[in-house]
Amino acid sequence: MPIDKFVTLESPAVPLPIENVDTDQIIPARFLKATTREGFGDNLFCDWRYDKNGQPKADFVLNDPTYNGQILVAGKNFGSGSSREHAAWAIGGYGFKAVVSSFFADIFKNNALNNGILPVQISDAFLAQLFEAIEKDPKVKIKIDLENQSISVPATGISEDFDINPYKKKCLLNGYDDIDYLFSIKDEIAAWEKAAQ
Amino acid sequence: MAGKTLFDKIWEKHVVNNVEGGPSVLYIDRHLIHEVTSPQAFAGLKARGIKVARPEKTVATPDHNIPTMEQHLPIHDELSRFQVNKLKENCEANGVTMYGLTHPYNGIVHVIGPELGLTRPGMTIVCGDSHTSTHGAFGSIAFGIGTSEVEMVLATQCLMQSRPKTMRINVEGELQKGVTSKDIVLYIISQISTGGATGYFVEFAGSAIRKLSMEARMTICNMSIEMGARGGMIAPDETTIEYVKGREFAPKGAEWDKAVAEWRQLPSDPDAVFDKELTFKAEDIEPMITYGTNPGMGIGISAHIPKVEDIEKASQNSFKKSLQYMGYQPDEPMIGKKVDYVFVGSCTNGRIEDLRAFAAFVKGKKKADNVTAWVVPGSKQVEKQAIEEGLRDILEEAGFYLRQPGCSACLAMNDDKIPEGQYAVSTSNRNFEGRQGPGARTMLASPLTAAATAINGVITDPRTML
Ligand code: SF4
Repeated sequence: MPIDKFVTLESPAVPLPIENVDTDQIIPARFLKATTREGFGDNLFCDWRYDKNGQPKADFVLNDPTYNGQILVAGKNFGSGSSREHAAWAIGGYGFKAVVSSFFADIFKNNALNNGILPVQISDAFLAQLFEAIEKDPKVKIKIDLENQSISVPATGISEDFDINPYKKKCLLNGYDDIDYLFSIKDEIAAWEKAAQ
Repeated sequence: MAGKTLFDKIWEKHVVNNVEGGPSVLYIDRHLIHEVTSPQAFAGLKARGIKVARPEKTVATPDHNIPTMEQHLPIHDELSRFQVNKLKENCEANGVTMYGLTHPYNGIVHVIGPELGLTRPGMTIVCGDSHTSTHGAFGSIAFGIGTSEVEMVLATQCLMQSRPKTMRINVEGELQKGVTSKDIVLYIISQISTGGATGYFVEFAGSAIRKLSMEARMTICNMSIEMGARGGMIAPDETTIEYVKGREFAPKGAEWDKAVAEWRQLPSDPDAVFDKELTFKAEDIEPMITYGTNPGMGIGISAHIPKVEDIEKASQNSFKKSLQYMGYQPDEPMIGKKVDYVFVGSCTNGRIEDLRAFAAFVKGKKKADNVTAWVVPGSKQVEKQAIEEGLRDILEEAGFYLRQPGCSACLAMNDDKIPEGQYAVSTSNRNFEGRQGPGARTMLASPLTAAATAINGVITDPRTML
């Protein structure tokens, strides 16, 4: 799957100030029966978003017209639980291009990156500042600059740098994926296999 | 130069190359697949016009979506049936072995790998499933991957991975009676939280771990993912070698001797250095139970649910939200709480030893009328053994029923769902909101605690009945 390029993103954000959001909340298991990657966005956070009769719950942030944008800002330890890549497909399918949190579960981070969604890990203190800025002005824009590895709120002047693996950064900036790379070293793999036997 | 850890030794032996400033290309010895996380990967191969590179290194089993009753009939849920059939189609088209429904080797992917001897010390093992960490109990590097990575392994037998940090968790001393390996792992998670080992590969060591059977070790490595770890592992020893010996796909003859000699070199060197090291005392561990909606929210069964002020300020809202979902109050005791369901099974506690422990406990007693119990073997082989050893008869006499193997109520993708608002004591690994069905409320515990609770009809400390 070739991925979308990610260079910079400037967008309002959707706040989800809940800790330990697990993959069963992001996409409940009963929606994992699909055999394609499409359509998961409709069921993102399904059990928080809809009631038993499929009606939107007014108090959940995705149903609140005050908030929208391509950035999800979530509480600490986002994406723990299962390895289901469906969680990343649901987030991407809904329209988010980046998730910001002060801590991510490992597998989720990989899955997001493999789908061109940027997980931006920031300090607890900066996360609190972001939530505050969004609460004050729900339309406030957050800017993520991958080349310079920085996240900022231009309107208020706050910013922080974030880490990303240099190889993954290159993949995102250029829109290529790991399989492209692995194919490029096919002969090397075959030689290694032979030697290991 | 410092010595090497078990992890270092296996990792270094499998690195094909290192990308500059980036991950390593890791060669994968064993790839396990199931119906839920593989279809999009096979579709990806097809789109690229390629086939599985090393079909003989991949083994498939449908487990997540399958019914646990009347498995000889076609699956009645249309989407599940389609997904299971898709796995079969994909495997056939690519020459991959699949142990389908009713096959004597079918079962939960993390149960069948070890019991067939597909899982062995020193291997790199991956599966599109987070509980792949289970296989680390044999002294292998085993971890869960996403579907894009499944596609990567199918296409090239390699995976791009950043090297994780290493942690050793020692558990020293003697376990109290009635305390099991499930309690050890729930205890560790409650101490270090669900993110406590994120970024690390954890080796479990210490005298209490050494004494455990392979089944019990698998339970601990299985839930290493619940502390955030990339995977868990335990050094191979005589217990490991004894377990693998003679299994269907285990090496035989001279191959066996050669393999065993290699396995004996794997344990961490005495002077090996870990990035982090923690030690716990086995004596401190009680039978554990969870009261909240993540596996880190566990307490000794005789303890009370924490008070709000005992929780870190920033986490208090999440704590309150969690208790609200469970219908519990801060500072309440867990013992004596109402229970509607008991679920015994999953890749955490669905092995023969778990069924033996459960059956031995309920033998000659009667299940409480208010409790619905689902006892689900982890595999066809476990089911067969349970019948041959007379466990099924014991269970039936006590008012229980042995279902057919599968993931079942662990994630409730099939019909085995805990109804909304109902309470379930489960031997599985996740108590997330809705994990066992929309609105279901899960308390994680050991098979012994599950047994005591099923008999008494309320949450019960198994030590009071031993
Ligand atoms: S038993 Fe549960 S945790 Fe284990 S593989 Fe199945 S769904 Fe996953």
